[in-house]
Amino acid sequence: MSVRQGFLALLSEQPMNGYQLRQEFERRTGGSWPLNIGQSYTTLNRLHRDGLVETVDDQATDGDPPSVLASHRPAERFHLTESGRETAVSWWTTPVHRGKAERDELAIKIALAVTVPGIDVAAVVREQRSETMRALRALTRAKRDVDPLADRARALILDAQIFAIEAETRWLDHVEATVAATPQSERPKRNTR
Amino acid sequence: MTVVLELTNVTRVHGRGPTQVHALGGVDLAVREGELVAVMGPSGSGKSTLLNVAGGLDSATSGRVLVAGRDVTAMNARRRAEVRRRDVGYVFQDLNLIPALTALENVALPLELDGVAVRTARASALAALEAVGLDVAPGRFPEDLSGGQQQRVAIARALVGPRRLVLADEPTGALDSVTGEAVLRLLRDRVDSGAAGLLVTHDARYAAWADRTIHLRDGVVTGTDAGGRVADPLGEPADLMEWEA
Repeated sequence: MSVRQGFLALLSEQPMNGYQLRQEFERRTGGSWPLNIGQSYTTLNRLHRDGLVETVDDQATDGDPPSVLASHRPAERFHLTESGRETAVSWWTTPVHRGKAERDELAIKIALAVTVPGIDVAAVVREQRSETMRALRALTRAKRDVDPLADRARALILDAQIFAIEAETRWLDHVEATVAATPQSERPKRNTR
Repeated sequence: MTVVLELTNVTRVHGRGPTQVHALGGVDLAVREGELVAVMGPSGSGKSTLLNVAGGLDSATSGRVLVAGRDVTAMNARRRAEVRRRDVGYVFQDLNLIPALTALENVALPLELDGVAVRTARASALAALEAVGLDVAPGRFPEDLSGGQQQRVAIARALVGPRRLVLADEPTGALDSVTGEAVLRLLRDRVDSGAAGLLVTHDARYAAWADRTIHLRDGVVTGTDAGGRVADPLGEPADLMEWEA
């Protein structure tokens, strides 16, 4: 996803200025996606250029819209154009595609550990599990401090990461059990053709 | 912080001769006030045996188990039952609520068995039920309660009175994830207010509520992990979410 889609979603609620958009974006993403002021205004500028948002002034004057940055009116409020509204709606109605899986450093490391002779896979898995549990505890502590009713966005995003890391521990357990059930001599090594 | 539970080289062997099973093979463990320790491991790794031995429900074959400074391995059955009632609270996966007793009576039972006057025991039980947020009449019977409500009653029973050690064996067992989390919140709160807790679970998500996790395999501790405190785990994910304008 992009900041751009986030801004369109927020503007479909009500018109906002650049400062409000940035604040609202950070709040609604649970503090997980901090923006700098430059990013917010670049995004707004491009939305403006593409005719997805406009200001009250744009409606009053004809011709090319001035650059948001050039105009230097930070308090100016933006609202969606018809095309901006359509783009916002189509985002909600389109599922997020998983796409091609990214290379997973951990999976590759374990895969190599299983095939390189002389590596104590169980020890590698144990070390990793300790680290994974530490990360899970850190997220859980952060979650304990969140009032899920007052800050639903943050609770939700913390949960997303908690569930993802839990899945990693289950996978590590599975690797450990699989490796324990397979003697080293039967493990695939290199291609000996 | 005072050590509430201390296991020293504890073994538990079931059976004899060629069929004997070493359920625990020399476990050392100390749990202090204000500390919650999770026990994880595959099925048959000895998790439940460890919990039962810690709480005096099962006897160690060798080694020493101290609960609140007292050696339960050296006690006779009556004294041990007394420690169980006074100092130890249990939460089981199969809740073990007594169906013929109301929620309130279930919670008051351990106190009444211990000789506390009925009126006092019920007042404490009511306070415990309130603390776990039971949102229905305490006069209801277990069969009229949902799974989550029954688990709250079971936790109230484990926490009622001045228990210093709370033992939980898969307390989130058949619960949905939201109720399971509520159960962990209750356990954690009790531990934070001074109890020591030992939690057996196969869910890393629940184990993460503990201060540390010990991993058991074939009755032996294969590892311990602790720590995990950062200012804001969501604060620096920059590389995960690509910025595009």
